[in-house]
Amino acid sequence: MARITAGIATSHVPLIGVGIDQNKSQDPYFKPIFKGYEWTKAWIEQPENKPDVVILVYNDHASAFGQEIIPSFSIGCAEKFKSADEGWGPRPVPLIRNHTDFAWHIAESLIIDEFDMTIINDMDVDHGLTVPLSAIFGQPTEWPTLVVPIMVNVITYPIASGDRCFRLGEAIKKAVERFPENLNVQIWGTGGMSHQLQGPRAGLINQQWDKRFLDDLTSNPERLRKLPHIEYLREAGSEGIELVMWLVMLGALTNPKELHRHYHVPASNTALGHIVLENEK
Amino acid sequence: MNDDPHEYKAAFEDIPGTRIFNSERARKGYSLNQFCMTLMNPVNRANWLADEEAYLKDWKITPDQKKALLKRDYNKLLELGGNIYYLAKVFSTDGLSFVQAVSTMTGMEVEDYQAMMAAGGRSPDGLRSIKDNT
Repeated sequence: MARITAGIATSHVPLIGVGIDQNKSQDPYFKPIFKGYEWTKAWIEQPENKPDVVILVYNDHASAFGQEIIPSFSIGCAEKFKSADEGWGPRPVPLIRNHTDFAWHIAESLIIDEFDMTIINDMDVDHGLTVPLSAIFGQPTEWPTLVVPIMVNVITYPIASGDRCFRLGEAIKKAVERFPENLNVQIWGTGGMSHQLQGPRAGLINQQWDKRFLDDLTSNPERLRKLPHIEYLREAGSEGIELVMWLVMLGALTNPKELHRHYHVPASNTALGHIVLENEK
Repeated sequence: MNDDPHEYKAAFEDIPGTRIFNSERARKGYSLNQFCMTLMNPVNRANWLADEEAYLKDWKITPDQKKALLKRDYNKLLELGGNIYYLAKVFSTDGLSFVQAVSTMTGMEVEDYQAMMAAGGRSPDGLRSIKDNT
């Protein structure tokens, strides 16, 4: 049986990708950014922690989906995905390979469970998906895991509520447990933490709010699932809303235990947050 | 969660200096944003940079949107229905980073904006609600 063994959350700031692609790990700006991933890199190399498949929850940033199609929740079912050209050329990263039987199984299970997923058979993936992979796996010639992409619309309002995202996570957990193959599965939630990329209020950071969010992933998940959108927007900035995607991860875990945390300001315009959560055995 | 769409959206308009990409903005900015998507291709980027006005000829964007686009007035573009992730294709084509482009919307010089970020970013205090500040 497939089993979710851990949840990993991380910001997916494009600049982290730039730092990796341009080998800037020793640069004073990037050093504290990358230092917080060293623990995770060592942890994930241990055979018991190495995932066969990562279910990677992220948002497309007007790369695969323009305004012509805006799916609230979608799942990538293609065999492979290449890195998108977001306006500065594609990031030089390996092809992302899917476990298509597993992805289709998850799609079926979710739809039967009344989460009406849009199935995506052809798309490029942007920094939202590739930056987390690079932050945690560095620069391999092939990614050491298969990836099932799950996309959440967090750009065009209304977007899914935090509670709806949490319940999607619960339905993903059920789907994983119904898959007969023995797989070590991780679920990753990406985006956040506080940041605002628009208007005169750009540059907003709320460290206190972010830290409470990190704490409550393990100590008070019920508070997090009830947070209304307006609170994210007021407190964590307009792009801080991406944190609802961490709740998809959280909903897929059972009594998670915090193993590692990294928080650093700034990464570009953003408060960088990263956490590793072990799932109950 | 408030399930009345009018109240749900109205609450967002109370946040200072922020334009949430609601259906009204998305509809107004449709062509503008779809134009931005074409810059995800190196040939189109070269054509755009070679002659911006000519490139826009086939796009149904308003004179105001066109003017703001040619001036790279991002606050104005947001007001006219642009969304930052679409507009990112324009500033990326210009060779600007997110920090460089985003700082232009704040009235700060990029160095001052970077210094603010390095010092922990902009505090939300006094910037949570227009109502509460009046």
